[in-house]
Amino acid sequence: MGFGPYLLLATLEGLVTAAVLSLMALGLSLVFGVMRVVNVAHGEFFMLGAVLAWYFSSLVAGDPALGFLLALALSPLVVALIAWLSDRLVLSRLKYEPEATIVATIGLLYIIQQLALTYYGADSRPVEAPFTWRIQLPWFGYSGYKLAVIGASILLVGLTALLMMRSRIGLIMRATQYDSETAQAFGIPVRRVYSAVFALGAALAAIAAVLVVPIRQAHYLMGQEPLLLSFIVVIIGGLGSLRGTVVAAVLIGLSDGIISMFFSPTLAKMLATLLVALVLVFRPQGLFGTAAR
Amino acid sequence: MKVRLLPSPQSLLLHLAVIAALLAANWLLPEYHRGVVSRVLVLAVFAMGYNLTFGYGGLLSLGHAMFFAAGLYGAGLTIYHLDWSIWPAFGAGIGAGLLLGLVVGALALRTSGVAFMIVTLMFSQVFYLTTLYFTTYTRGEEGLILQQEVRSLEFAGATFDLSDPSTRYLAGLALFSLVLLFTLFIIRSGYGRALIAIRENDERMRMLGFNVFANRLVALAISGMICAAAGAAYAVLFGYVGSTLASTQYSILPLLWVLLGGAATTLGPLLGTLVMFYVIDIASSHTTAHLLVVGLVLIFLVLFFRRGILGTVRARWLPWLP
Repeated sequence: MGFGPYLLLATLEGLVTAAVLSLMALGLSLVFGVMRVVNVAHGEFFMLGAVLAWYFSSLVAGDPALGFLLALALSPLVVALIAWLSDRLVLSRLKYEPEATIVATIGLLYIIQQLALTYYGADSRPVEAPFTWRIQLPWFGYSGYKLAVIGASILLVGLTALLMMRSRIGLIMRATQYDSETAQAFGIPVRRVYSAVFALGAALAAIAAVLVVPIRQAHYLMGQEPLLLSFIVVIIGGLGSLRGTVVAAVLIGLSDGIISMFFSPTLAKMLATLLVALVLVFRPQGLFGTAAR
Repeated sequence: MKVRLLPSPQSLLLHLAVIAALLAANWLLPEYHRGVVSRVLVLAVFAMGYNLTFGYGGLLSLGHAMFFAAGLYGAGLTIYHLDWSIWPAFGAGIGAGLLLGLVVGALALRTSGVAFMIVTLMFSQVFYLTTLYFTTYTRGEEGLILQQEVRSLEFAGATFDLSDPSTRYLAGLALFSLVLLFTLFIIRSGYGRALIAIRENDERMRMLGFNVFANRLVALAISGMICAAAGAAYAVLFGYVGSTLASTQYSILPLLWVLLGGAATTLGPLLGTLVMFYVIDIASSHTTAHLLVVGLVLIFLVLFFRRGILGTVRARWLPWLP
C-alpha cells in the first residue's frame, strides 16, 4: 500500500474521530458558553452513554440494529436525566460560581466513574454495529458504519446549529448566554434554561458515545481521553463559540488521526496538549473566538 | 499602626505543641497507624504547598501533581540512574520543583480564573504523559523501586536507614515541622500579607503599586518547591517512583485535603489529609469504591462546608488561628 492510500485511511480514521469529537465538544462548549460552567464530568457522561448503550442493546435479542436503535433512543435520555438531576441538586445550589462548580464536577466525575466500575465492571464490552456492510476501495475495504457515523454527526451538528440559530428555544438560550440578568428581567426562566442546557450538553456526549461504541468498546475509563480532547477543541475554537468548536474538532480529529498513524500516540498527545496550553496562555479567546466582553 | 510581622506567641505555642504531640506519637502509636501517619505527614507537606497558592494566594490550580512528581522524579531518577546519595538527590528534586514552578507560573499566571485551572491541568497532563513517554527510564505506571541499600541518609556523622519505620516517621516529621513553621512565618511576613491581600482584591493591590504578577509567581515557585520536597521525600522514604503519582488524581487530592482541613489555615492541610486517610481507610473495609468517597466528600464540602474544619473553628471560636 503506497503513501497516498495510507494517508487516505488515516484521513478517514481522523474524520471518524472528528465526528465523535464534534458532538462531544459541542456539548461542552454549549454548557460553557451559556452557563460559564467548566464541566469536568463531561467525559463521564460520554462513558455513561456508552455503558448504557451496552446495557440497552443487551436487552434486545435478534437483529443488532434493534438493540442499537433502542440504545440510541434511551441512553441519551437517561444521561440527560442524570445531568439534569446533578444540575438541580448540586450546581444550581452553588449558584454556578466557577471554582465551586469545577470542584463539584470533579466530585461528580469520581462518583460516576466509581459507580460504573462497581456495577458495570472493569471489562471492555462491545456493542454490535447495526449493519456490517463494507465499502470496497481499490486499496482497502472500509467499514460503512464508520462512514455512517460521520454522516450522523454532520446531521446532528447541523440540527444543533439550527436549534440554536433558528428556533425560539435557541433564541432563549442565546439571550441567556449574552446577558443572563437582562434575560431574567425579560421573563426568561434562566434557572430552567441552565438545567436544560446542562442536560442537552450531556445528551450530546451520550449520543457521541452510542455512535462510537460499535467501533470502540465500552469501558469505565473511556471518558478521560475524549474529555481532554474536547477541552482542547473547545479552547482552540474559542470558549463558547459553536462554529469555532466544530472547525477545531475537525482540525484536531484529523491531525490526531494522521499524527498517531505516523508517530507515537503519546508524543502526539503531549505536543497537542502543550500547544493548546500555550494557545490559552497567549491567545485566551481561542483561535477563532472574539475577545471576551 | 505597627503591624506584627511575626506569629503570635499563642499560635507559635500551638504549632510547637502539635509537633511535640506528633513526636510522641512515634512511640505511642501501634505499628500500622504509625505507618499511616508517616505517609500522612509527607502528603500533608504536599497539601501545605498547595495551600500556599490555593488558600493564601487564591489561585485554584488543578496541576500540582506535576510539582510533586518533579520532586519525586528529580530525586528518584538521580538516585536510580546516577547513583546520587540522598542529600544531593533531594536537592535535585527541590530544584526541579522550583524551576518547574517558575516556568509554569510565568506562563500560566498570564491567565486567571477558569483558564488558569485548565492551563495548569494541561501542563500537568503533559508532565504525566512525559513520564509515560520516557518509559525506558521511568518504567511508567509500574515505576521504579528504590532498594533499601540506596535509601540511607548521612546526617551528623551517622547513617540512618530510611526504610526503618521509626526513622521514616521521624524523617517525615522533621520535614513536616520545617515546612509548617516556614508557612507559619511566611504568612505573617510582609510578603504573606501582600499575597493574602491580592487574593482578596487584586485590582486594589495593583493600584497600591504592588506587582501582582511577581507576588503570585513567587508564591507558585515556593509552592512548587514545597510540593517537590514532599515528592522527593516520598521517593526516598517509601521507595516508589511511578507515573501514578503524577496523574490528575494527585492534583485533585491536595485540593480535597486542603478544602476539608480548611483553606488558608496552617494546620488545615495536616488535619484534612489525616481525616481523609482514615475516612478512606474505614470506607475500604466496607467497600472497594474509595473514589466514590472522594467524590461525595468533594461535593459535600463545596455544598455545605466551604470553610473546612479549621476554617469553621476559626470563624466560630478561635479568631487568632493562623
